[in-house]
Amino acid sequence: MTQPISQEEALQAYYDMLLIRRFEERSGQLYGMGLIAGFCHLYIGQEAVVVGIQSVLQPQDSIITAYRDHGHMLACGMDPKGVMAELTGRIGGYSKGKGGSMHMFSREKNFYGGHGIVGAQIPIGTGLAFAHLYKEDKGVCVASMGDGAANQGQVYESYNMAALWKLPVVYVIENNQYAMGTSVARSSAGPTYYGRGQGWGIPGEKVDGMHLLKVVEAAQRAADHARSGKGPYILEMDTYRYRGHSMSDPAKYRSKEEVEGTKETRDPIELFKTYMTKTLKIAEDKIKHIDDDVKTVVAEAVEFSKSSPEPDVSELYTDILKEEVLS
Amino acid sequence: MTLLSMTVREALRDGMAEEMRRDTTVFLMGEEVAEYNGAYKVSQGLLDEFGAKRIVDTPITEHGFAGLGVGAAFGGLRPIIEFMTFNFSMQAIDQIINSAAKTLYMSGGQMGCPIVFRGPNGAASRVGAQHSHCFASWYAHCPGLKVISPYSAGDAKALLKAAIRDPNPVIFLENELLYGVTFEDVESDPDHVLPIGKALVRREGKDVTITAFSLMVGKALQAADVLAEQGIEAEVIDLRTLRPLDRETIIQSVMKTNRIVSIEESWPFAGIGSEIAALMMEEAFDYLDAPCVRVTGEDVPMPYAANLETLALPQVETIVEAVKKVCYRS
Repeated sequence: MTQPISQEEALQAYYDMLLIRRFEERSGQLYGMGLIAGFCHLYIGQEAVVVGIQSVLQPQDSIITAYRDHGHMLACGMDPKGVMAELTGRIGGYSKGKGGSMHMFSREKNFYGGHGIVGAQIPIGTGLAFAHLYKEDKGVCVASMGDGAANQGQVYESYNMAALWKLPVVYVIENNQYAMGTSVARSSAGPTYYGRGQGWGIPGEKVDGMHLLKVVEAAQRAADHARSGKGPYILEMDTYRYRGHSMSDPAKYRSKEEVEGTKETRDPIELFKTYMTKTLKIAEDKIKHIDDDVKTVVAEAVEFSKSSPEPDVSELYTDILKEEVLS
Repeated sequence: MTLLSMTVREALRDGMAEEMRRDTTVFLMGEEVAEYNGAYKVSQGLLDEFGAKRIVDTPITEHGFAGLGVGAAFGGLRPIIEFMTFNFSMQAIDQIINSAAKTLYMSGGQMGCPIVFRGPNGAASRVGAQHSHCFASWYAHCPGLKVISPYSAGDAKALLKAAIRDPNPVIFLENELLYGVTFEDVESDPDHVLPIGKALVRREGKDVTITAFSLMVGKALQAADVLAEQGIEAEVIDLRTLRPLDRETIIQSVMKTNRIVSIEESWPFAGIGSEIAALMMEEAFDYLDAPCVRVTGEDVPMPYAANLETLALPQVETIVEAVKKVCYRS
């Protein structure tokens, strides 16, 4: 039987997911050591979502998300060194140390942040889609939010405009079950997030966000829809974050059994690893090789994030306004 | 160059049209800007010339379309976002400040946001507290923004064109009561732009400096006429840009006059006048012969009743009295 993914693609996806996992584990450690400060929201548990979506995107497509953004940046190919150095507030970081965990960007990779105000990235992503349509570059914007952001009014203002003007945007709700400490059951009326576009005629579907292949399949459908001129599409990713909301959150609002049960039965990396070995018949040593590569890349990123200097004091007053003016 | 006579409304429209002809990434978006030709007819005729792709009617959804504009600017376009009035920009202020103004800094210089937010600002006439609100000091408070508030038609056009060409987010505060006023100061040359951040001395005088912006420039000029009859020669500075403030022009004037009165229609607390007072303390203290005086709107929500509304706003008489006070003439 033909598999939906080649061995090569599978190894790449495995690498990407494992890179996020190990990178985030080290981020947590560096936070504990005091090298990273402030707000730091880890992506552990949700890796299949961004890796699956990224695999169907084209070079001109744009990506935007909120503050749980390290996974998105690594998935779209941003340099782990630059991301880690931003976490440690160093000049080698993507924002020269001036943005931090929640505020990184890459023009090169069409990654538009990295936004700290819950839900604010959704109108912005809708505007990126507006620009794709205006410039006729066949691009699609993927605008991600959590289940918490999905209750912000501006999300629905965006749905309306996106549907009205048939903007090429895929709205991804990464439903990790908790808006900080408030469970979906306590925050959201109505049974679904994916169905909330119905009033505007926006198609939506719920996806097992722990299962990479299911994410890939749904993301392809959504991107094709948006790219073909039919307007927005909503994907609700059923996923789970293993850690607290941020580093300061011990996550006492959920049981140990719930967390451990998810890790044991639904871990996206373990599920995919099983698929690789059992179905794709990929040899263990190839997988082990990737484990080693990831370890090296993360170690290098950590080293760089420690050795890169803090920004020069002159950086305090740069990048407030752009200087050049069109004449 | 020829100076044309036209209303502020027409000058703004011409400024946008010229920039849209020159740069296809410029588009106008807002409530009623297209088929209705603008709630205040500022975009009259633009839909006919540029079509629905570039003159975009929005739903009533300020937070949403302000954020959409920011995203479009990140994506390589140059949006002009019209607020039907700036009162409604309060719905969108998070996108303006957190997304438009701060992102260049937060991205270490990668992400410019070339966008203009424009529309009428401040009190119009008898529209009550929620529709009579000057946002000059609110926006001027924020690094990452430029804030312009012109008075004449010529300035409105040339500064709006500069705002559209600027690579940064610009707040462009117009005034409904000025839209229909005609000025004979509009440059015909479509390449004429004015630099942002430069004030204009609209009347020279040796006795006292008056600073004002937007509608209050007219009131200040009228007050200067009254004062001249009483032997006080006032120098009237039209600030034109509030951020960056043209500190040099104000200081130079005060070095000559040694007295200053600041006029604005917004509330006194932490207002533009407060900033000018601070500037005087920090940079011109030794030149002052009297404490600076602020003439502002009263510290109340705008009342509807005609008599109370008049009382709540700076009038020519209140400006005259304030100037006489600072000149120790009463």
